[in-house]
Amino acid sequence: MNAIRPTETSAARPFQAPMPATWWLKKPSYVLFMMRELSSVFVAAYSVVLLVLLHRLSQGPEAFEAFRSGLKSWFSIALHLVVLAFALLHTFTWFNAAPQSMSVRLGEKKVPPHLIAVLHYCAWIMVSIAVYWLLTRPAAP
Amino acid sequence: MVDERAMGDETIRLDVHRYHPERDQRPHIQSFDVPYHEDWVVLDALNHLKNEVDGTLTFRWSCRMGVCGSCGMMVNGEPKLTCATFLRDYWPQAIRVEPLANFPVERDLVNRIDDFMTKLSAVKPWLIPSKTKPSETGEFLQTPAQLASYKQFSMCINCLLCYAACPVVGLSPQFLGPAAIALAKRYNNDSRDAGRREREEVVNTHHGEWDCTFVGECSVVCPKDVDPAGAIQQMKLDSMLSWYRRWLTPWQGRG
Repeated sequence: MNAIRPTETSAARPFQAPMPATWWLKKPSYVLFMMRELSSVFVAAYSVVLLVLLHRLSQGPEAFEAFRSGLKSWFSIALHLVVLAFALLHTFTWFNAAPQSMSVRLGEKKVPPHLIAVLHYCAWIMVSIAVYWLLTRPAAP
Repeated sequence: MVDERAMGDETIRLDVHRYHPERDQRPHIQSFDVPYHEDWVVLDALNHLKNEVDGTLTFRWSCRMGVCGSCGMMVNGEPKLTCATFLRDYWPQAIRVEPLANFPVERDLVNRIDDFMTKLSAVKPWLIPSKTKPSETGEFLQTPAQLASYKQFSMCINCLLCYAACPVVGLSPQFLGPAAIALAKRYNNDSRDAGRREREEVVNTHHGEWDCTFVGECSVVCPKDVDPAGAIQQMKLDSMLSWYRRWLTPWQGRG
């Protein structure tokens, strides 16, 4: 007998295997989850690159040109491809998960989850078009 | 529909997790050959083993139709209700049957789930009456829309597949877990309930909803489509809005 569970005999010996550090390699969905979490590191790190770009811009045309030609190096292109892959993973996984976080009800009916995800993608495309236009419009005379 | 592959005397191998603490230092796997039937589920195979082969095989089950939540186990590493998992979806490959992950094993395929029972009661899963509408004023009327706002979260059968699927439950044992938080959401959303603030003390905490990192596997394995992951993320939003209200309109009190 013990005080916590009066009916338990001394023969009871619950066993629990410890969770290994490689737990996330056991299932594809866990791997995807870890990659999704890792993607935010790359997204945040790239904001540092954008800050450096702004800083170089403020330092004048020579500094900015030096930074810009540095971006053309193979290392920079490879880095950008990796960051792009993670940024896209970040976008797709979070847009697809958004409907679960948002329960929008109209009376009894729930707004279809697919519609919520599609609206996210549409907003993304519209904002991208606006940013592209902003960056490529002819300079003011 | 007859499975042309099965001629009537086929077998399927079950690799079963065995652990008798009075004689075993550690768990081990024991393999059995079980008659293969097209319409058998894993629970049928386990009952065959217990009746015909080894009466000491220990496991929980009850309704055998997917409503009681007793027969949850790991089948080939995935949390499943063994009464709803068909041998034909695995045959002729072997099937590995183990107790649910993230819980201590009492014996063979039986988990010790006391920890979950404590967490479940901690969220106060009952209607907490409003002081402004005591029972003397009459019964509650609830529209279909009000029912719809919590009905999905009320379908939980406490089978614990979600706890077995959630890596946070394994990594952070104090985490309240998907089913408990989904049940808290069920009562918070119920128009008859006024207990949100009381539940917030337990759920809006580090080991409550905020331990969740939205892996989402709980909702994937749920046999009743409760979507606990959705419930938890919506609870996070509720807690956030509650916090803003408290700071922007402190004269209204919490919640």
